Amino acid sequence: MWSYDKRLQYPVKITHTNPKIAQIIITQFGGPDGELAASMRYLSQRYSMCDRRVAGLLTDIGTEELAHMEMICAIVYQLTKNLCMEELVASGFDKYYVDHTLALWPLAASGSPWTATYFQSKGDPITDLHEDMAAEQKARTTYDNILRLVKDPEVCDPIRFLRQREIVHYQRFGEGLRLIQDDLNSKNFYAINPEFDQNKSDCECKE
Amino acid sequence: MKNSDNVEKNRLLLYIGMVDFAVVELNEFLDTHPQCQEALEYFNYYNQLKNNALEEYAKLYGPLTIRDACNCGNEWKWVTQPWPWEGVC
Repeated sequence: MWSYDKRLQYPVKITHTNPKIAQIIITQFGGPDGELAASMRYLSQRYSMCDRRVAGLLTDIGTEELAHMEMICAIVYQLTKNLCMEELVASGFDKYYVDHTLALWPLAASGSPWTATYFQSKGDPITDLHEDMAAEQKARTTYDNILRLVKDPEVCDPIRFLRQREIVHYQRFGEGLRLIQDDLNSKNFYAINPEFDQNKSDCECKE
Repeated sequence: MKNSDNVEKNRLLLYIGMVDFAVVELNEFLDTHPQCQEALEYFNYYNQLKNNALEEYAKLYGPLTIRDACNCGNEWKWVTQPWPWEGVC
């Protein structure tokens, strides 16, 4: 179950359109390290996560990523609102426009469409948490790159907020990994996959 | 809507964003520290502030959640008020 809050997690109010930077920022909607991939990664991984605390973390961070996706979409939407044809062609936005007009569609800055192959859901808590920590760092690097390319303070402000969240989520996933490792049977540390080949009665990481 | 109303509406929306930020942070922190009493207290405190502010906003300007959508006048303000991505308050 989910419910929607009719507000952005952090305000987005952009007064100057700029289709050039919209084409860069859209990568955090549908690109390999974008918010859609982040949300789908965590919300897919949570079902088989054997530790309830970490399953909660995946649920809540996966939900927050949806709010980040909405902020990115709001930025792109406002950067391309009411564009004139000359502006649109001069910025190279015409190639997106021909397929999607001014609608939002998830793709990378390179033009590749969003795909589920951007993330993994492996069913091993250690494997999945390492993927999640890496994902947060990759997204943080992407935001750093965006901040080097974009100068409009009205765009940079919400982008900086999103960058900070990657750092906090990395921290939380690191704590999640520690919780899992603390609960592992040390004799089986390297050998077993605790979500798959341990039965419930002797699973060390169940409560 | 008068300009002074808009300033007040923006102020309240910003306040909701601030207290909700604390709620989100504490929610995720508590996921990995479920026994932390200090965080539990902070969570309860900010969650109350958030719920009060959401209720006040709904009464004055229209609901931000379906939970707050009742007693908001004689029309369904959920769809007659702007959507958040529009960039207007």
